Amino acid sequence: MAEPLLVVENLQTHFRTPDGINRAVDGVSFHVNAGETVAIVGESGCGKSVTSMSILRLIPEPPGKIAGSIRFQGKDLLKLSEPEMRAIRGNEISMIFQEPMTSLNPVLNIGRQIGETLRLHQGLSARDAEAKAVEMLKLVGIPEPGRRVREYPHQLSGGMRQRVMIAIALACNPKLLIADEPTTALDVTIQAQILELMRGLKNTVGAAIVLITHDLGVVAEVAERVVVMYAGKKVEEAPVVELFNTPRHPYTQGLLGSMPKLGSSLTGTETRLAEIPGLVPSLKQKIPGCVFASRCPHATDLCVKVAPALEEKAPRHVAACHYALKEGAIAA
Amino acid sequence: MSSPLLDVQDLKKHFPIKGGFFGGVTGHVYAVDGISFHINKGETLSLVGESGCGKSTVGKAILKLFPVTAGQVVLDGKRIDDMSASALRPLRRRMQVVFQDPFSSLNPRMRVRDILAEPIHNFGLARNGAELEEKVGKLMDTVRLPRDAVNRWPHEFSGGQRQRIGIARALAAEPDLIICDEAVSALDVSVKAQIVNLLQELQERLGLALLFISHDLAIVEHMTHRVAVMYLGKIAEVAPKRSLFAAPKHPYTEALLSAVPVPMPGKARERVILKGDVPSPINPPTGCRFHTRCPYAFDRCRVEEPPLRPVPTALEAGHLAACHLHDLSADRNPLAVSKGQALLAV
Repeated sequence: MAEPLLVVENLQTHFRTPDGINRAVDGVSFHVNAGETVAIVGESGCGKSVTSMSILRLIPEPPGKIAGSIRFQGKDLLKLSEPEMRAIRGNEISMIFQEPMTSLNPVLNIGRQIGETLRLHQGLSARDAEAKAVEMLKLVGIPEPGRRVREYPHQLSGGMRQRVMIAIALACNPKLLIADEPTTALDVTIQAQILELMRGLKNTVGAAIVLITHDLGVVAEVAERVVVMYAGKKVEEAPVVELFNTPRHPYTQGLLGSMPKLGSSLTGTETRLAEIPGLVPSLKQKIPGCVFASRCPHATDLCVKVAPALEEKAPRHVAACHYALKEGAIAA
Repeated sequence: MSSPLLDVQDLKKHFPIKGGFFGGVTGHVYAVDGISFHINKGETLSLVGESGCGKSTVGKAILKLFPVTAGQVVLDGKRIDDMSASALRPLRRRMQVVFQDPFSSLNPRMRVRDILAEPIHNFGLARNGAELEEKVGKLMDTVRLPRDAVNRWPHEFSGGQRQRIGIARALAAEPDLIICDEAVSALDVSVKAQIVNLLQELQERLGLALLFISHDLAIVEHMTHRVAVMYLGKIAEVAPKRSLFAAPKHPYTEALLSAVPVPMPGKARERVILKGDVPSPINPPTGCRFHTRCPYAFDRCRVEEPPLRPVPTALEAGHLAACHLHDLSADRNPLAVSKGQALLAV
């Protein structure tokens, strides 16, 4: 079988800080197949954004330190020189950030910003790049692309800016698109537009997507496979339907339980929300046992002392928990 | 029936835009443009809408954080919008607020004890130091923070804990109404659930009325008794919770409900995806403000503004919507039927 498009193995991204080492990402492995959408979910500080920045090597080193291996089409990105890496960024792997206002350059018009990647990576002339930019704007559903291409970011609304970001990211036909909270800053009706656009583009462009988000609703709408992160570790991974129907890790169960479901007044399920007690542990202390043990309702001495390994609990469904049930097992 | 705790009548707030060579007023932002609603004692009314619809401005206008342009705000039978600052001061005790960002809404140079003692002291709610100390301790118990944490500073707490302090500060004045302006929006999922549960429990135990301003419809549905949906400074629809979620009667509400991503992969839902963006509140559209994005708009919507009035096909009484569709016969009105289940995939 051919190797997947992206293979991340034992990724460790640590930051040196005045009061100790911050283990933002601590031994995370996952893979992305060509054309697949994989979501990485977790709460703030779980390391999901640092994971995505590490893939593109956007972490300043020092104070950061990336270890492990990130193989993209067979090449280990961590071993490439800076010029080689630059040829990949924005060309074969591109990224959409959360805040479309701060990630666009306010003093360059939209056409220049879309054209920049095309001129740099594909050697297009200024005129051809602008023509392609108009085409890209049309692709992402911006009305009057011929006029908009000369406009500046402040003349566009938040949703339009995010469409421009997507146009920039897709300009060079990347194999992999990393979207870091692409809809978090947007209103819900605009979010629906952008998610619809991303679903449609996936079919026409065929790029694989790594979607970083904290919103389980968004995950359910666009992802095919889900990686759940907690305190710098991957705690569960499963195909999306499987994960939502039978979550195995207590953290995932807690996350799903603490979310109010829309429609609860129709189904009469407006019970108290399940809470996950306590707080996320500090990433500066090394935790010998399970990272979730301090908040887990099922934790025992074993969990505090021994870190559980990721174990296949059902086909293509792994979880890092000593007590998570395997498929077919009978509850004790 | 007793009179409502808070009654807002035709409230308007227009912000002037200054510009030009002499710095004169060149236009207005019609942030809130004539809205009316009431909140009963012990009731939660949620104000939902997208950014820029004026929902936070309503909260601030009620608290008189700025003067209103027109309209009335009546708290427990007393009109407060035209009161002088000194006359209003004793009434301020009865209306408190919890803000969105727990990092900027607590004074970083005050210990938790002083943050909580300030309202108690200001409104003369404690006779002596011992009573004050006891009240502060009780507030910490109420929001489930350890009593000995009163000597710590805001920066020593996490976001969720700070929001608890913010709630305790609002409770310190022993109010009848708390305005929660996106009070849980900045929190992580697991912490959000803790704060939502706390607010619900406090409301039941203390009989508080809440004005819950939020854009998160799932949380709103979980918390509220009634919902008011705002669009461009107007109320589009107001209804008891179940009536609104099961059978929305305004096209905007319908679109909002269908736009919320639900954590149920693979479920088929009826989709209404709105085109375009919210128009500018500086120059709102004529007629119905929603007509530029409405999938059902017809000629009348472009010229005549629909009033907010009871909907005959609504599931429950007290369901009002501002939409001309309800003047059409049932077979031509797409909102005559209950669409909630198809929209929410339940």
